[in-house]
Amino acid sequence: MPSDVDEEIRQAQQARGTSLTAIADDDVYNTDRYAGMDTSIAPGEAQEDGAEPAAKRSSFTAPKHLLEAVPQQPEDDDPMSQRSNRIADREDEYHARRQRVLSPSRADPFAKGAGGSSERSYRDVMAEADIARQKDEIRRKLAEQSEEGATGWDATPTPGRVADASKWDSTPTPGRSKWDATPTPGRGADGGSRWDSTPTPGRGADGGSRWDSTPTPGRVGDVNATPSRGNRWDETPTPGRAGATSAWDSGPSATPLHGHANIGATPVGPIDAQTPAVGGMGLGPLGSGSLNNDVAQTPEQIQVSRWEREMEERNRPLTDDDLDALFPPSGYKVLKPPDSYVPIRTPARKLLATPTPAEGATPLYQIPLPFVKPEDYQYFAPLLKEDEEIEDMTVAAVEEARERKIMKLLLKVKNGTPPMRKQALRQLTDKAREFGAGPLFNQILPLLMSPTLEDQERHLLVKVIDRILYKLDDLVRPFVHKILVVIEPLLIDEDYYARVEGREIIANLAKAAGLATMIATMRPDIDNVDEYARAFSVVASALGVPALLPFLKAVCNSKKSWQARHTGIKIVQQIAILMGCSVLPHLRALVEIIEAGLNDEQQKVRTITALSLAALAEAATPYGIEAFDSVLKPLWKGIRQHRGKGLAAFLKAIGFIIPLMDAEYANYYTREVMIILLREFASPDEEMKKIVLKVVKQCVATEGVQPAYVRAEILPEFFKNFWVRRMALDRRNYRALVETTEELAKKVGASEIVTRIVEDLKDESEPYRKMVMETVEKVISSLSAADIDQRLEEQLVDGILYAFQEQTNEDTAVMLNGFGTIVSALGSRTKPYLPQICGTIKWRLNNKSAKVRQQAADLISRVAVVMRACNEEQLMGHLGVVLYEYLGEEYPEVLGSILGALKAIVNVIGMTKMTPPIKDLLPRLTPILKNRHEVVQENCIDLVGRIADRGAEYVSAREWMRICFELLDMLRAHKKAIRRATVNTFGYIAKAIGPQDVLATLLNNLKVQERQNRVCTTVAIAIVAETCSPFTVLPGLLNEYRIPELNVQNGVLKSLSFLFEYIGEMGRDYVYAVVPLLEARADALIDRDLVHRQTACTTVKHMALGSVGLGLEDAMQHCLNLLWPNIFETSPHVINAVMEAIEGMRCCLGPTAVLLYTLQGLFHPARKVREVYWKIYNNLYIGSQPAMVAAYPRIADDVLNRYGRTELDLFL
Amino acid sequence: MTSQERFSVHSQLEHLQAKYVGTGHADSTKFEWAVNQHRDSHALYVGFDSLSSFFAVAENEAVGRVKFSSLQKMIQPCGPPPPKEDD
Repeated sequence: MPSDVDEEIRQAQQARGTSLTAIADDDVYNTDRYAGMDTSIAPGEAQEDGAEPAAKRSSFTAPKHLLEAVPQQPEDDDPMSQRSNRIADREDEYHARRQRVLSPSRADPFAKGAGGSSERSYRDVMAEADIARQKDEIRRKLAEQSEEGATGWDATPTPGRVADASKWDSTPTPGRSKWDATPTPGRGADGGSRWDSTPTPGRGADGGSRWDSTPTPGRVGDVNATPSRGNRWDETPTPGRAGATSAWDSGPSATPLHGHANIGATPVGPIDAQTPAVGGMGLGPLGSGSLNNDVAQTPEQIQVSRWEREMEERNRPLTDDDLDALFPPSGYKVLKPPDSYVPIRTPARKLLATPTPAEGATPLYQIPLPFVKPEDYQYFAPLLKEDEEIEDMTVAAVEEARERKIMKLLLKVKNGTPPMRKQALRQLTDKAREFGAGPLFNQILPLLMSPTLEDQERHLLVKVIDRILYKLDDLVRPFVHKILVVIEPLLIDEDYYARVEGREIIANLAKAAGLATMIATMRPDIDNVDEYARAFSVVASALGVPALLPFLKAVCNSKKSWQARHTGIKIVQQIAILMGCSVLPHLRALVEIIEAGLNDEQQKVRTITALSLAALAEAATPYGIEAFDSVLKPLWKGIRQHRGKGLAAFLKAIGFIIPLMDAEYANYYTREVMIILLREFASPDEEMKKIVLKVVKQCVATEGVQPAYVRAEILPEFFKNFWVRRMALDRRNYRALVETTEELAKKVGASEIVTRIVEDLKDESEPYRKMVMETVEKVISSLSAADIDQRLEEQLVDGILYAFQEQTNEDTAVMLNGFGTIVSALGSRTKPYLPQICGTIKWRLNNKSAKVRQQAADLISRVAVVMRACNEEQLMGHLGVVLYEYLGEEYPEVLGSILGALKAIVNVIGMTKMTPPIKDLLPRLTPILKNRHEVVQENCIDLVGRIADRGAEYVSAREWMRICFELLDMLRAHKKAIRRATVNTFGYIAKAIGPQDVLATLLNNLKVQERQNRVCTTVAIAIVAETCSPFTVLPGLLNEYRIPELNVQNGVLKSLSFLFEYIGEMGRDYVYAVVPLLEARADALIDRDLVHRQTACTTVKHMALGSVGLGLEDAMQHCLNLLWPNIFETSPHVINAVMEAIEGMRCCLGPTAVLLYTLQGLFHPARKVREVYWKIYNNLYIGSQPAMVAAYPRIADDVLNRYGRTELDLFL
Repeated sequence: MTSQERFSVHSQLEHLQAKYVGTGHADSTKFEWAVNQHRDSHALYVGFDSLSSFFAVAENEAVGRVKFSSLQKMIQPCGPPPPKEDD
């Protein structure tokens, strides 16, 4: 069982993407931390009271064994469900299992006048932790005993107990009520009160029930719970508000709204139930509609019922009023319903018709408050009550008023609109000290623990905490533990930003509360909770490692419990992981603190010490070997003494330390460790294999290790043990082996390695061949093929050809890349093999399987460059013809590859020498352009574009026009690369055959409906204009603007905009030609259509930017005059375009001219006007503030102030 | 585009502008605007040597003195702020 749990945690961590080290650590280090967990889940226990399945209705049904034979879909398995916003829904088991309990606040020993006995002190907490630990041990012993056969008091329940249990849920007997009266901690002075405060009142055996209420995860009492069903007590949200609410009133024992949410505790099922169940509807005292009743429900229930209420609300029967509103007043007669008619009103519907709390509550709160989710009623209940006048201002009333104020602000932050939230946040921050830490945190923290909390809400609340931390400063001390309980889960959240946020809060908390408080708060938990190591490392990075060193030293030397030492050392590891290279200044101190752990009596402590050293060394790379001097000896001694996981950890540490060493030492120590490594080469353990590979890689990469040594000592064993077929099967082994072998090759040379594995290219196992191919590729691409001799070269080419031909796998990338890399590394040495390669390709192009044909075509594009280097143009021409013949290919993927191969050949061989000649090839491509498959389209348009660019003259103008028409359809492609290639091809074609015809085609295309098509067309027009110079295109374009069709006119304007953008300063010659289009008579800038004006503004912007300093100010000024009235636009796109056009004008006309326009509105009586004008002014100011100094208006002095700026009046 | 986005587009630009000292808003007063103008002018006079030399020649002062006095004038260039009306 523990190993299962470990496995789950590891997978969860992997899914979260924790750092590599962290994963490896957990793998190596077989933690038993959660071993206590399985004691809480005992098999074969009877059903629990609360979560009674609702299926036991008294009706006739099929025999059970028949029903069970039918596979049932799990109820909660909803294929349509998406990723939930609620954090609780996404939590993995590890998160969910943790019991988060807000402990009562603690005394602040550093505060002035401290020592009030009302709050718990460090001493109390330590005592409790001690007791808890003892209890754990006793419980473990008990569990062991009971396993041995001594049936415990909770082993097998009698059936009667179930009925009992469900009964006392619905009607609490007075005897039970003593649980309600359990003294809440923080008030009661007794030290052990913490047990009672947890929301798990004992249920199992009455006598031993106290055991259950501990906050530690392993609860014997819950042995009853079957693992498949959630323990309902754990789901219960205890708002923990000063311990006032006990689990009893917020549990789901309150009646559910509708029975078929079978969380209901109302006995629906049993035959002898008192309440009649109709249609699965539990009839609790529901209609009462009192707020309190609703508050008592769990948030989940409320959510369910809210949905249903909404559905019912929408589907309710029409009332007479509704009908009156629907129908005309006259023209028909209203008949009386027959006497016998009775409307169908199921009791359930009747229930729903009664005012439910949510609806009833609506008028109660004032408008300025944001919407409150019913789930949150329990937190915000006081706000929803009628605002009573507080008549006597007693202390209690003041307190309450303050609480309400905080509550209101929190609600605004949590659910309000952005401005509302901002304001509330600011108020909370400003008044934080006034409110006091207690009232603030007592409300915020329960909200954060709510099971229905969503990401956004958590973020906002965490932000609130962050802000008030600054303000409260040392006032937070009593609440540090509570805050940590809430924030620590963020440290291991799956979301990166949540982790960062958590770190930030804890860092701020540490700064506010001070180190002493942090240590005092966290010390008691040091030997049981896991996240504390992470939290402590955050504290260390916030307050500086030196401040924490004495504490760490004390903890790591703890004599009392090895868990404390373990956590202390783990903190060091986490510090290394979190802080990276900034541990360097403290490296020696940290190593000194943990070095004793290497000789600890506990195996786990030794292991974590080695892992921490590994983390430290990794963080310190490549410096700091001096700091590790003292641990070298124990480490190297350790590897001779340990076996298994311990050894793996030690090896890992060594692997990270060796790269830090000098060459000489590295050589020596590598030889020392290599003995052990060579022994472990044969280890069957997967983890060990990975570690060994990694250490070998690290050792070999160091400078001091001699190639001769590697060749003689390591290589034979290495290849014997690792280069086996089994290694190719596991993904991680595969990676590690390829990387390590590459590293070895860098030491001993490519040929050494390739010689050893080249034979394996012909191995019968395909994954293994693939691994060999990838290794060879990596080795050759990093070391080149220079030292590969004639014989090896033959073997290699033979091998890759074999491996290539034999592949059956879908994923062909490795083989293709390998082939391409090796062949191009060999370069002209490939020449003798080319006929053979081409023969293979030709033969395979003819293959029946589409996959094989595709691979062959792909291979051509890889080897084309090499063929050119070997002067095999004739061979290439031959391949070209072969490919040309295969253009009738029916599989689109294959066709795409064939086109890609043709493109590669054309690129290499050139247009003139291409066979088949371009004039034959292109007409064959024209119909393929119609193909809708993306791969085909992309390759085809690339090829056509290439031909249009380089060899347009080989094809007739008529053919190019035909292609133009086909290209128009390509503009509709989804893939951007295709559209871009198409648009560019238009440019090439226009250049080849002159712009007129192409332009006519494109202009016609402006009339189509589809927006994307039009946009692409405008870009194409602009490109044509750019390649064939604007004067060939502009007349036609301007003429087109006369067509009274909005799309066309917009298209023309847009083309102009792109045109001026592309041609830049060349545009100055065309400004005067275009301005009339934009001005009053042709009315683009003053058109009624928004988009039209927007496009015109963009055009003006590009024109203005293109004509800076070119003496076109008169035209631009004219445009500005037309542009200016548009500044009051409200549509965001339009106003953006206008603002940008004005910016353009600022560049072209100078800020002074534009300033004169703005002056008129800066102090306009209407605020809306002022806002706009100040926005423009600010843009001007940010853009060219110095230039405005000379242009500011003179302001007359008044009685108080002198506004004159006289300096610039000086004149010489 | 929803009203929410519209809100954010505008507020983004305004936020960007508000990061710079010397920009204004709809509630800027004449006094604030003038003070900014003055400070900008003086900063310019100090920053451009040609300008300060020009003033030095015209006023028959040392260049350093001109720069210094420009710096001094940046403190309350238009005198004390007028009393607020709404208080």
